[in-house]
Amino acid sequence: ITVSSIIQAVGFSSAARDESNILSSTITQPLSVKIQENASALSTVLDELYGKVARVCEGGGGKAVERHRSRNKLLPRERIAALLDPGSPLIELSQLAGFNLYGREEVPSGGIVTGIGRVQGRLVALVANDATVKGGTYYPITVKKHLRLQEVAEMCRLPCIYFVDSGGANLPRQADVFPDRDHFGRIFYNQARMSAKGLPQIAVVMGSCTAGGAYVPAMADESIIVRGNGTIFLGGPPLVKAATGEDVSAEDLGGAQLHCSTSGVTDHLAESEEHAISIARSIVGNLSSAGQPGPEHAAAQVSVPWNEPLHPPEELRGMVPSDTRQPWDMRGVLERVLDGSRFDEFKKLYGSTLITGFGSICGQTVGIVANDGILFSESALKGAHFIQLCSQRGVPLIFLQNINGFMVGQKYEAGGIAKDGAKMVMAVANAQVPKLTLILGGSFGAGNYGMCGRAFSPNFLFMWPNARISVMGGAQAASVLSQVEEQKRSREGQRWEGKERDNFEQKVAARYDEEGRPEFASARMWDDGVIDPADTRRVLSLALGAAMHGYRHGTPHYGVFRM
Amino acid sequence: SAAEVSSQGPVRISKLLVANRGEIACRVITTAQRLGIPTVTVFSEADRAALHARMADEAFCIGPAAARDSYLRMDRILYVAQETGASAVHPGYGFLSENTAFANQCQEAGIAFVGPPAAAIAAMGSKSEAKSLMAAAGVPVVPGYHGSDQNEDRLLEEGRQMGFPILVKAVMGGGGKGMKLAMSAADLREAIQSARREAAASFGDDRVLLERFIERPRHIEVQVFADMHGNAVYLYERDCSMQRRHQKVIEEAPAPNISEAFRSSIGESAVAAAKAVGYVNAGTVEFIVDTDSGEYFFMEMNTRLQVEHPVTEAVTGLDLVEWQLRVAAGQRLPLLQPQLRLQGHAFEARVYAESPAKGFMPSPGTIASWRVPTGSVAFSHKGDVRVDSGVQQGDQVGVNYDPMIAKVIARGVDRQSALQRMHSALSDLQVSGLSTNVAFLKRLCQHPAFEAAELDTSFIAKHMDDLVEPSQPGADVLALAAVTWHLTALRAAEESSPNKAQLGPWDVLDSFRLNHVHTEAAQFLYAATAQPLQFTLSFLRRGDIALKSISAGEAASSQECMVRGASLRKEHSAVSAEIDGQRLNASYSLHDQGDQQVLTLWCRGEMYEFSKPIIRSWAKSGTVLSSAGTVLSPLPGKVIKVLVKDGDAVEEGESLVVLEAMKMEHTVRAPCGGVVTQLVAIEGAQVSDGVNLAFIDAGQQSVGASAA
Repeated sequence: ITVSSIIQAVGFSSAARDESNILSSTITQPLSVKIQENASALSTVLDELYGKVARVCEGGGGKAVERHRSRNKLLPRERIAALLDPGSPLIELSQLAGFNLYGREEVPSGGIVTGIGRVQGRLVALVANDATVKGGTYYPITVKKHLRLQEVAEMCRLPCIYFVDSGGANLPRQADVFPDRDHFGRIFYNQARMSAKGLPQIAVVMGSCTAGGAYVPAMADESIIVRGNGTIFLGGPPLVKAATGEDVSAEDLGGAQLHCSTSGVTDHLAESEEHAISIARSIVGNLSSAGQPGPEHAAAQVSVPWNEPLHPPEELRGMVPSDTRQPWDMRGVLERVLDGSRFDEFKKLYGSTLITGFGSICGQTVGIVANDGILFSESALKGAHFIQLCSQRGVPLIFLQNINGFMVGQKYEAGGIAKDGAKMVMAVANAQVPKLTLILGGSFGAGNYGMCGRAFSPNFLFMWPNARISVMGGAQAASVLSQVEEQKRSREGQRWEGKERDNFEQKVAARYDEEGRPEFASARMWDDGVIDPADTRRVLSLALGAAMHGYRHGTPHYGVFRM
Repeated sequence: SAAEVSSQGPVRISKLLVANRGEIACRVITTAQRLGIPTVTVFSEADRAALHARMADEAFCIGPAAARDSYLRMDRILYVAQETGASAVHPGYGFLSENTAFANQCQEAGIAFVGPPAAAIAAMGSKSEAKSLMAAAGVPVVPGYHGSDQNEDRLLEEGRQMGFPILVKAVMGGGGKGMKLAMSAADLREAIQSARREAAASFGDDRVLLERFIERPRHIEVQVFADMHGNAVYLYERDCSMQRRHQKVIEEAPAPNISEAFRSSIGESAVAAAKAVGYVNAGTVEFIVDTDSGEYFFMEMNTRLQVEHPVTEAVTGLDLVEWQLRVAAGQRLPLLQPQLRLQGHAFEARVYAESPAKGFMPSPGTIASWRVPTGSVAFSHKGDVRVDSGVQQGDQVGVNYDPMIAKVIARGVDRQSALQRMHSALSDLQVSGLSTNVAFLKRLCQHPAFEAAELDTSFIAKHMDDLVEPSQPGADVLALAAVTWHLTALRAAEESSPNKAQLGPWDVLDSFRLNHVHTEAAQFLYAATAQPLQFTLSFLRRGDIALKSISAGEAASSQECMVRGASLRKEHSAVSAEIDGQRLNASYSLHDQGDQQVLTLWCRGEMYEFSKPIIRSWAKSGTVLSSAGTVLSPLPGKVIKVLVKDGDAVEEGESLVVLEAMKMEHTVRAPCGGVVTQLVAIEGAQVSDGVNLAFIDAGQQSVGASAA
C-alpha cells in the first residue's frame, strides 16, 4: 500500500502537510556539473568586480588618504560604519559610479558614498562626501549620485544624514553641475521638500562646506560641526581677501566655535569626528516617529519568522551560463531566493515565457515577474494582469529580467503585440506598490520597459555581473546597422566588400557589448549597483525592507489600456 | 508543613528572632523553618532588599545602615522580639553574638538567648583571665606571662624564663593589633614598648602579655556543645591554618595528619574548657598546635556559632543550628559523645570581595552576576557541595558590612576527593562586578603543598606569589572575548534602541556590505595584567568572523583565526563560538565598574576579566576621555569629607573628597587641573561606585592660567 493509494482511497486529508509549492527544479539540481561550471566561469568576473570595489573603497588613495587621516578624519565608509548600529547591514548604492567616466580623471565611487543603513533601530539614508577624491568636489556623477540617494530616501521615507566634507561644485565642470534642473541646486530643493514632508535632514560637517556646499548644513533640520576640521562659509578666505581685502583664517571665518556660538548656522559642536557621530546617533535616537510608517500603513512591518531557501545562496552564482545564448532556468533562481523555496505560481499555463506568482522574501510577501523567454502577447497580458493584482493588494513587485525583447514578425505585429506590450508597460508605470528590478541576464529593447527598467522608477535596480543592457543585442545591432549602411551605400552606388562589412559588424557588436556591461551601466548610474548573485536574497530583502518603509497603500489608478 | 518531627520531638520555641543579617541569618532561618518555628528578623535601611529580610516570616527595619545604629541596637532588637512575641533570639555570629549585656537583657526579658550564659561569655572574653582559668582546669596553655605586674623589668624577666621566640600581645587586643614578635632577648624590650604604644592607641589600655611564639603553628579548633543538663560533647576539630592577615580563608575537618589519640585528647581538653566556665550551647575552643612538637595549647574560646560551622556539619551529618535551638529551649543534647561519628572530609572556602593581588585589599562593589554551581545546596549539610550566601545579584557587598560574599563547602569520602570537589565548585561559582578571591582560592586548592596537607598559619604568606599570579588566557579565549564584546554590542543595539520598530531583514545584524567585507577594530584590556588587546573583526558570509589579533609595539605581529557560529544565549548568559575548529563555551557577564565596562568570561573553569573604558566625555583635542574632568566615586562608600567647593581651582591630583568604605578611607583626587564645577558630593552621603561627585573644568583653568 502506498501513500498515494491511500489518498486515492480516502480522498485528500486536510491533515496532510502541503508542500506542493516548494520549487524543486529538475534542470538546476544543486551541485550539478552545470552549476559548478557556470560558477567557476563567473568567479573571474566576480574577482574583477571585487577588485574594482576594493579599489574604489580606497577613495583617492595614497597621499590623499594619508593627508586626510593626519587631520584625524575618517574615510566616508568609516564614518558611516561608526554611525550605524553595531552589526547593521549597509546597502551601498552605485559603488562603481564614475568608473572610467572621465578619462584619466578617476572619481572612485563618484567621489561620494551613499547608502541605507540602520541607526538606533531605524532605517536612515546616508550621504558621505569623499574629500580624498578631488577634495570632495561635485562632478556631474557626484551630483547624480547625491540626487539619486535623496530620491531613494524620499521614496522610502527615510531620514537623511549628510556627512559633509566637500569643496562644492567641481569648477572646471561647472556647466555640467551648476545650472540645470537636476544639478547642484536640486540637492537643497530636495532637502527643503523632504524636511517639509517630515523626513528629518541632518548634516554633520566634518570638512569644508564652501559656497553652495554651505547650504547642506544650513538647510538641514539639525546640524553638527567638528571643531578644527569643519568650516562653513559662502566665500572662503581667498575670496574674502580678493573681495574686501579682509584677512581672516578659515576657523575664524566659519569654524565650529563661530557657527555654534555666534552665527547659529550649526547646532552642535563636536570635538572630533567620533564625537560628532555620537551626537548624530543621539539625534536619530530622538527623532521620535518622524518619517516612520504609522500602524495604519501596510508598511508598518510586522516581522514574521521566515525559512531560508532550501539551497545555499552561493549556488546562485552558477545559475547563468557565461554564454548568453544558452537558455537557463529562472525557476532555479526563485528556488534560491524565496523563503523556503516556496512559490505559488499564477497563470502557469498561460503566456509561459513570463513567470508570475507569489512568494516571500524574509517574511515579506512579494509578487514575482520573471522572464523565461521572449515576451509574446499572452505573456504581456499575463504580466499586466498580475501587476494589477499586486498593485490592488499592496504586494510589492520584483522584476527579474532576462529579456531579449518582445516577439517580432508579421504574425505577431498583426496580433497586436505592440498594444499588448503597451498594456504591460501601462500597468508597470502606474503600479503604486514598491518595485524592485534585478537584471540577471539580458535586458534588451522594449522588454526593459515592460520589465520595469530604470525609466520606470523602480525603488531599486540591481544587476548581476554577467548581465547585459542595451537597446538590442550586439549581434542584432550589428546586423541591423550593417543593413542600413548597405542600403545607404547602394543608394550611393557603392559596393560593400565582405571583409569591410565583417569589420563593421564586429565593431558595432563589440561596442554594444562594451556599453552593455554592468560596470558601464553602473558607472553612469543606470542601476543602483552590481551585486554578487550569492547576495541576491540579502540585497533584495534589505531593499524591500527600505522600499516598504515608504509605502502607503492607495487605490490604484491607470491610464487608458489600449484594448 | 515541612516541619521535621525528629526523634527529639518538636523544639519548644514559639517564635525565633534572628538578630543578624547575610548568610548566617538566612542559614538560621532555614533551619527554623524546617523545624516549623516561625521566624522574625531585623534589617537595616541598607538591607531593605536583602535576602534574609525576604526569607523570614516577619522582618522589621531597625535603623540606618551603620551597625551601631541597627544591628547593634539591643533596645530595638528586644523591642521587636517582644512586639512579635519571639521566645528566643539567635544572634548569629558577629554583632551581638558575644555581647554579655545583650545576653543578660534577653534573660531579663524572658527571651531565650541562643548561645551561652552571659557569665560564660564574660569568662572567655578576657584572654588573660581565660587562660588562667584554663590552666587551672588542666587545659594546656601556651607558656606565658599574663600577670598584672606590668613593670617592664618583670616582663623581661618572665620572658627570659619562658624561652624564645616570644610574642608580646595587648591584653585587650585582637585582629593582630598590638602584637609584636621578639626573636631573642635582645628584641624583647623594643617589642614590649612597641606593643604598648599600639595597645594604648587602639584600645586605651597598654597592658600586654607574653607568650611563647610557635614558629610553625597550626590553628586547630574544636567544636563543642553543652546543654543545661550538664552534658557536653565535642564535635571534632577543624583545621583553620589557612589564614591571611589572621583571617581564616579555608577551613577543613577533620584536621589532617593527627592521630586518633590526639583527636580525643584535644577534644576532651575542649570539653574540659567548656565545663570550666559553665558553658552551654555551641562554642569553639581554639588551640594552637606546634607542628614540630605535636603539643597543643589553648588559645581562646569563641562563644558563638562560627562562620565555619558547616564543615563540622558536613563531617558529622548534624545541623548545629538545630542543636543550638534545642539546647536554648532547654532540651538535652540530641547525641552524646559515644553516639557521634566522623564521616569523610570537608572543606569550607570563604569567598570575599577583596583583591588578593593587592594584599587582600577589600574591594567593595555591586554583585553584577551571581551563579552558584549546579546541584549545590544552600544552608543544608545534605549535599556534597553547599554554598551559603546571603547575596543576590545587585547587592552591594563590603560597603556597610563585612566583605564575605559566600561560603563554599565541599565534602568527599576523603581529603583528596573533597579538595577536588571544592576546586570544581569554585570553578563553577560565577560572581562578577567586584574583585573576589575565587581564583586565589582555586590556586590554593591546587597547591601541591596544600594538597599534601603541609599546613601552618604562614602557608599563604609563604606561597603568596604562586597564589596570586594572574592566569594568562590562551589565544582562543582572547578571541572569544573579542567576539563576545561584539555580540554583546549587537545585543545592546537590539535592546536599547529607542525605536522599537521591527525591521525584518534589517534586524539581521551581520554587518553585510555589498561586494566587500566590513572590518571593524576592537580594543580592550585584559584586566588582571592591564594588557592591551587589539583585534580586527571581518564579517564574512553566514556569520563567520575572520579575527585578527594585532600585537602592537616593536614586535608587531598579527595572528588570524576563523570564528564560526558565534552566538549568545540570553537565558544563561552563555556565549559559544567555534574558533579554528574548536568549539568554546563560556558564561559571561557584562557590567559597569566605575569608568570601565567589564566583561567577565568563565571558560574551562577559569575566570577572565576584560575591560573597556566608558566614554564619559570628549576632550577638546578630540580624543575620547573616559573621565575628562569627571570625578567619580571609585567604590561604594560614604562621603565623610568634602575638601573643596564649587569654583575652587585645583591642581591635578589634589584631594577633593574622602570616602569611607569598609572602615577604610579613600581619597578621591582631581583627574586633571582646573576649576571645580558641579560639585554634588555632600558629607554624609552614601554613594555607589561610578557616581559623579564633581566636575573639573580644565578649560577654565587654561583661561585663568593665560590671564595670570
